[in-house]
Amino acid sequence: MVKTNENGAFFKLDDVSVSYGQIEALKGVTVEVGEGEIVSLIGANGAGKSTTLMTISGILKPKKGKKYFDGEDVTDASADGIVGRGIVQVPEGRRIFPRMSVQENLEMGAFRRHKADTGTLDHVFELFPILKERRGQKGGTLSGGEQQMLAIARSLMAEPRLLLLDEPSLGLAPKIVEDIFATINRINSEGITVFLVEQNAAMALDVSHRGYVMETGKVVLQDTSANLLENEEVQKAYLGG
Amino acid sequence: MVLQQIINGLTIGAVYALIATGYTMVYGIIELINFAHGEIYMMGAFVAMTFFRLWGMPLWAAAPAGILAAVMLGVTLEYVAYRPLRRSPRLVALISAIGASLFLQNLAMKIWGARRQPFLDPNRPLEFFQIKHHVSLPVLGEATFSNMQITILVTAAVIAILLNLIIKRTKVGKAMRATAQDQVAARLMGVNVNRTITATFAIGSAMGAVAGILVGMNYNQVWPMMGYMAGLKAFTAAVLGGIGNIPGAFVGGLILGMAEGFAGAYISSLWMDAIAFAVLIIVLIYRPSGILGEQIPKRT
Ligand SMILES: Nc1ncnc2c1ncn2[C@@H]1O[C@H](COP(=O)(O)OP(=O)(O)OP(=O)(O)O)[C@@H](O)[C@H]1O
Ligand SMILES: [Mg+2]
Repeated sequence: MVKTNENGAFFKLDDVSVSYGQIEALKGVTVEVGEGEIVSLIGANGAGKSTTLMTISGILKPKKGKKYFDGEDVTDASADGIVGRGIVQVPEGRRIFPRMSVQENLEMGAFRRHKADTGTLDHVFELFPILKERRGQKGGTLSGGEQQMLAIARSLMAEPRLLLLDEPSLGLAPKIVEDIFATINRINSEGITVFLVEQNAAMALDVSHRGYVMETGKVVLQDTSANLLENEEVQKAYLGG
Repeated sequence: MVLQQIINGLTIGAVYALIATGYTMVYGIIELINFAHGEIYMMGAFVAMTFFRLWGMPLWAAAPAGILAAVMLGVTLEYVAYRPLRRSPRLVALISAIGASLFLQNLAMKIWGARRQPFLDPNRPLEFFQIKHHVSLPVLGEATFSNMQITILVTAAVIAILLNLIIKRTKVGKAMRATAQDQVAARLMGVNVNRTITATFAIGSAMGAVAGILVGMNYNQVWPMMGYMAGLKAFTAAVLGGIGNIPGAFVGGLILGMAEGFAGAYISSLWMDAIAFAVLIIVLIYRPSGILGEQIPKRT
């Protein structure tokens, strides 16, 4: 299932540094994601996880380093160019369009695609039946869990090849979190590569194949998720053990 | 009497509505009060007048020329005066907008002179627009109005419908709404925000120019300062309706026009401008989000 080509990984951040003004938020981060994998990135508040995803999406520009996707250098690609290539992010805090209906939010997900493919919409409604019921309702009036489902559904409308998820479990009840992670598994089994950012390290490592641990803008540890779950430092710092 | 004031008020209000939409759309998307928008309105009127009266072109060619010039001006203005300041504090962009407004007023004085001049060509009277109608209704009384007034109302209504279709149905309209609600999220969906902002300025400027041309024809006058008061009034209308809210700009424009019409008739025409700004102050104090403005926060 896990596949890397001779040009290197399916996706790679190579020694990337990013600053907000004087503050250096990423300090030479290297991350690889193989096609078909679920890779998680865990770390404490302010470690630089969201910054990493925003850099991948082209919202933030690296000061140093390179981005590669599918054998191509995409370091200078614009944000819409990144979406066009199939890298789509579900941002932290969902950021759905509050005054658009559920249906319109989903249509925005398909913004870059030329033809509205009803098959994709049907598939998304099958994954999240509640959204079909709520399709006419304004996004801003959905519950937190529904908003998270909508955010994921919206990104799937773009037919991503690499899905970036930023803290999908944030602020949700345990039962909903389980549903969301089950859905992530299912999405992956349908062939979408997933790069998952989480503070809920136990859940993230449980669902992913490999993981990276980030501290203050640097990757400090990387291994298979199984090994990370056994790692003493990880247990102490992130698993409450 | 009452009917006459309603008709007059609606006519002025329709003009305010057309201009107010430009303010509100730009504010909705980049949170900038485009103070030079009144000058776009003025420039559209002047260019149309130049093609029509000075160069003798037919109205059907002169009006689109004025609109096109305004669109190019609006888009250029954004590119030159606002885009480089997008990450600066908002006050800096506002000062740039005031500067652009003064620059365009002076540019118009340089090109066309400071005095008021007629829009229409006495050798080619547009007789159709001058035709007057008289109606009399029970209770509401009598009124006289011209084909020009009807033209203004019909044009504003058609544009409102077209704009609604653009915003609701087209790709650029959806991009505008998404960008207004959450710019980062819009970019994450693949929206090219720069292009969307350009489109917003283009549409707003076109509507401003249409208003300028209609006013130029109705009063048979254009002058370099015509955008100043009209711009302030339209801005008031935009705030009254809820800045950032497009239907609100239309509602605000019509209400302000009516308020002015009645104030002019029953109090004194000297009070018309005072009424408009009293409205602005009262709205800002008691309901800053306007009549149709969102009361819920932008994000949850
Ligand atoms: N817009 C910004 N301007 C300045 N500094 C920022 C900005 N956004 C983030 N930072 C800083 O960059 C660092 C990394 O932030 P980031 O949001 O990437 O962390 P995170 O790992 O996603 O944290 P969390 O788990 O809380 O979401 C932090 O020190 C943060 O304060
Ligand atoms: Mg974060």
